Amino acid sequence: MTSIIEVEHLVKKFGDLAAVDDVSFEVEEGEIFGFLGPNGAGKTTTINILCTLMRPTKGRVTLCGHDVARQPNEVRRCVGMVFQDASLDIRLTAMQNLQFHTGVYNVPRDVAKERIRKVLTMVDLWERRNDTVQTYSGGMRRRLEIGRGLLHYPKVLFLDEPTLGLDPQTRFHIWNYIVDLRKRLNITVFLTTHYMDEANVASRIAIIDHGKIIALDTPDALKRMVGGDVITLKTDNPEAAVAELKEQHDIEAQRTSEGIFFEVQNGEEFIPTLVKNFRSGLYSINMRRPTLDDVFMKLTGREIREEGGGEGVLMRQWAMRSARGGKGFH
Amino acid sequence: MKNNLHGVYIIWYRDILRFWRDRARMFSSMAMPVLYLVVFGTGIASAFKGADFDYIQFMYPGIISMVVVLGSIMSGITVVFDREFGFLKEVLVAPISRTAVAVGKAMGGATIASAQGIVMLVFIPFANVEMSAASGFMLVGLMIVLALSLTSMGLFIASRIRSMEAFQAVMQLLMFPLVFISPVMFPVGTLPGWLATMVKLNPVSYGVDAIRQAVMGVEASTPFGIELFGYRMSIALDVAVVAAFGIIMLLLAIRSFRVQE
Repeated sequence: MTSIIEVEHLVKKFGDLAAVDDVSFEVEEGEIFGFLGPNGAGKTTTINILCTLMRPTKGRVTLCGHDVARQPNEVRRCVGMVFQDASLDIRLTAMQNLQFHTGVYNVPRDVAKERIRKVLTMVDLWERRNDTVQTYSGGMRRRLEIGRGLLHYPKVLFLDEPTLGLDPQTRFHIWNYIVDLRKRLNITVFLTTHYMDEANVASRIAIIDHGKIIALDTPDALKRMVGGDVITLKTDNPEAAVAELKEQHDIEAQRTSEGIFFEVQNGEEFIPTLVKNFRSGLYSINMRRPTLDDVFMKLTGREIREEGGGEGVLMRQWAMRSARGGKGFH
Repeated sequence: MKNNLHGVYIIWYRDILRFWRDRARMFSSMAMPVLYLVVFGTGIASAFKGADFDYIQFMYPGIISMVVVLGSIMSGITVVFDREFGFLKEVLVAPISRTAVAVGKAMGGATIASAQGIVMLVFIPFANVEMSAASGFMLVGLMIVLALSLTSMGLFIASRIRSMEAFQAVMQLLMFPLVFISPVMFPVGTLPGWLATMVKLNPVSYGVDAIRQAVMGVEASTPFGIELFGYRMSIALDVAVVAAFGIIMLLLAIRSFRVQE
């Protein structure tokens, strides 16, 4: 396997703020590489540098063997982009949007015609090809963007929060679609998300926080870092419960929005002993296998979604943008 | 190079396609200049009936220029739109040079603005001017030069502006002096010195002057022409001034697209 993306000591500063702070990693050909972290962690900044929209302040970044700062056009030819925010011309039809794309990427006409037909069929939009994008739903627009990102047969497909603001059903479809694509075209996929469950599709995941990579491994290995089962308690007196856990079981529990949270080995056996002697009032006990949310919690002591208003704010922003887009301007 | 030429064409083609989808917009932006010509022109012409020249005939080339100028600088708004709706990103990650993007955009805007200018030719009978086919072609050529130059300016401004509201505000602030501190409505020769100087500093004035010479004929327009250092500006010199201004603006726009983050 060879590395298709190489990032060495990448730094990006905005004024004094280092949005990306000495980040290094490699992505191998054919991999699905996940970039995971809260809003403002530096995910989008990194993507923007990788796709030549921004220049690095320091460090070396190469894609398909080309340096992003010195050979931007070669890099651009090798990558396909699906941006976090919509980037379609909503006043044009799906067909016209795709024709623009094959035009600027210089795909020969007859080849382009065939590819556009294939891509539109693949994303189930062939029937609607001559409708303006204005009339499309959020999910349809996303699918069209993903299709467009593939039109010039890129070696690397970037997906920046590809399912943000979409309903669960559409999210599910889009992920299936992406996994399937990688299998069929052996394309390298680089994705960012702050939905922990979605990052599971990745072969490897880098967790980024405050501009630094704090962990990089396979999803399973990351989950093993949590060590054991995750138990969440709801009680009438959280403070007393945390103190009691410490005192009786030597467990450092954390309080989260969902309740009291801790990990133990052999949760099945632990729960009966816990319940037998617990003095605080218990409402509920939940036990589950660790998820990437727990990994993030373990590494940073925070929940991934609590920062910057979390997904609620983002969803609203996205919804506002699409609403504005939907109406159109004159 | 071939790649970039093709890129210019694609960028240009999209702008035309988009414009064609709501071509009604074209007429809304032409409404004001037409009103000026028909109402204001008629009003002034009848107030000074005894004068030895026809005011509407004088004003007509000015109004054609006005249509071209307004259309040109407003075309920059497509860049602001594209930024706001994200499409600019699709353009900026494409493997074509920033120069191709800027040139394609300038050509797209200029094509539309020139087309608007050409539509204004339906008022030839109203303005009571007579033009040979040769001067007609010359006129179209001059409109294209003026349009390219001013679209480049609009593009440069738009590349620096992040919001729709800011662009509208800057345009309001710019359009008025660009159009009115020029020989669109009145000749330069009779103006007081301070105003004459301001008119001569405005690059649009030279476009208006050239277009007026093409429409009215060099001779008939001479009394209303611009004199620089005691020398009457010819069409060629006017074009040189407008083109030089346009090239500077285009270079600034390209640079601005390049450092875009």
